[in-house]
Amino acid sequence: MDFFNNIDWSMLIKAFVVGGLICVIGQILIDKTKLTPARILVIFVTSGAILGGLGIYQKLINFAGAGASVPLTGFGNLLAKGAIEKVKSDGLIGAFTGGISAASAGITAAIVFGYIASLISKPKIKKQ
Amino acid sequence: MQKLGKQTIKFDNPITITETCSIVGPKEGEGPLSKYFDKYVEDEFWEEKTWEKAESKFIKETVNSCITKSGIPSNTIDYCFAGDLLNQCISSSFGLRELAIPFYGIFGACSTFVEGMQLASVFIDGNAANHALCAASSHFCSAEKQFRFPLELGNQRPPSAQWTVTGSGAALLSKNGKGPFITTITTGKIVDMGIKDANSMGAAMAPAALDTLITHFKDTGRNPSYYDAILTGDLGHIGKEILTELAETKGYNIKNNYNDCGVLIFDKNEQDVHSGGSGCGCCATVFSGYVFNMLKQKKYKKILLIATGALTNSTTSQQGESIPGIAHAVSIEV
Amino acid sequence: MKPINTPKEYQEYVDKKTPNSPITRNCIYAFIVGGFICCIGQFIMEICKYRGLNTEISSTIVSIILIFISMFLTALNLFNKIGKFAGAGSLVPITGFANSIVSPAMEYKSEGYVMGVGAKMFTVAGPVLVYGISTSVLVGILYLIFNTQSITLV
Repeated sequence: MDFFNNIDWSMLIKAFVVGGLICVIGQILIDKTKLTPARILVIFVTSGAILGGLGIYQKLINFAGAGASVPLTGFGNLLAKGAIEKVKSDGLIGAFTGGISAASAGITAAIVFGYIASLISKPKIKKQ
Repeated sequence: MQKLGKQTIKFDNPITITETCSIVGPKEGEGPLSKYFDKYVEDEFWEEKTWEKAESKFIKETVNSCITKSGIPSNTIDYCFAGDLLNQCISSSFGLRELAIPFYGIFGACSTFVEGMQLASVFIDGNAANHALCAASSHFCSAEKQFRFPLELGNQRPPSAQWTVTGSGAALLSKNGKGPFITTITTGKIVDMGIKDANSMGAAMAPAALDTLITHFKDTGRNPSYYDAILTGDLGHIGKEILTELAETKGYNIKNNYNDCGVLIFDKNEQDVHSGGSGCGCCATVFSGYVFNMLKQKKYKKILLIATGALTNSTTSQQGESIPGIAHAVSIEV
Repeated sequence: MKPINTPKEYQEYVDKKTPNSPITRNCIYAFIVGGFICCIGQFIMEICKYRGLNTEISSTIVSIILIFISMFLTALNLFNKIGKFAGAGSLVPITGFANSIVSPAMEYKSEGYVMGVGAKMFTVAGPVLVYGISTSVLVGILYLIFNTQSITLV
């Protein structure tokens, strides 16, 4: 199996640990502050964008791969990074176009899949 | 009728609770009180398309079967008092639009059922009615949708959260009959002790329950041991503990005969409902199912039912307002 | 116990009475589930890399696949069960963002496809987009003003 010989196993472990730790920060926020899920997500995306703007978050992504890019902070970083890239090439207008263009796939996928889910399924009680 | 003290009315001719009926959802049907409910449905949609329609169906079917069980022709019922938690009380008004009985839609949050019983009693004792119906309903899914989050959102509920009861309870009150009798009613004041957390309703409502409890004892000259059981509506496990301790600081020991409908309706260890049940349907179904049965069998001879309500909505809680509570009490004796 | 008279005393008393969330257990679950989701992401990254795709495309593919999985589990009424157990472990990764769009879309279907699904889809995720996008514009403008190679503080 050529593919399995090519996997960088250390990256998988790093992704697990870093991704897990970012989630633990979120869990502490949930349990200690009574913040609603929407607020938690806002905090993560905003801090990701700020850390991304400062160039810090990219270092974490280089280190942990999906462990840093999959949490919502990575989504924030993507927005900020996109804005900076576009500012470099297009100037001021890039600050307005860059963010969403970089994150367009995620946003579009969530909207389209959300719409499809509403067509095919309906909510059920949490029966536990 | 005569007024006792500031908030209590005593009836010279006690009002009879002729019949009750309760229909609950699947989770309540798995709970410890299962056998006391008239019926439980397996599907929370109850073959309807929306939660709101399902809740309307609960109250409609409950009221209809209460009338059928009582054997009293529906055209001789003078008034109907009903309410629920959904915006503008739509479950009651939509569910009962074909009932053709003069209708008062009432809102007292989760205290609605007892509020209805109080109003119906006064109407009957004031000779305005021979028979009057009171009903209340709630539905876990419609309440989550209106007050909290979509059902499929993967959020965690804190330990103090309560589970809205899916179900409806109805009671038919009559001027003449053999009991159980409503002997006194105590109308509650709005009490706000500044609790803001929408996930600790029990704590928000406990001070109101305490106020009504103490006022009832002062007005009637009774004490806790007068009753076989004192039942609050939906304070849950945390609220129950708080009320017991608060009552003790005021010199009333209710440890022996006090319980809460939200504690009774679910099994805390098996059903993962955190702090217990809540909602209009909680007090309504537990009374109409379990408590009425106990009264009929004379296992309880004197009870005090205190329904508690949190007078809040999602806008005020987002605006950072505290949660005012209210509690209404009726004493029922065999 | 002392009698309670003021709202402040009552709040303190209630805080004492209210049980805390089992934070240690919750954090362990969040760590395991969150780590596992990121690990799946990294695994997909490795597949993309093996196929010779660049990092950017790979991480876009990772997002889309994880969003799809999240939608699939939400539509099967399973995501809330995972979320109840995992807490932030499933909320913080992109799966939580997807769930927060899919769940209101399903819930508000009863109000129709335009004002229900279309409008209510963003009740939870809307703020994420508003703050995320606004912050990115701000970052872009600040970069323009300072116009350094990159605003590195470290």
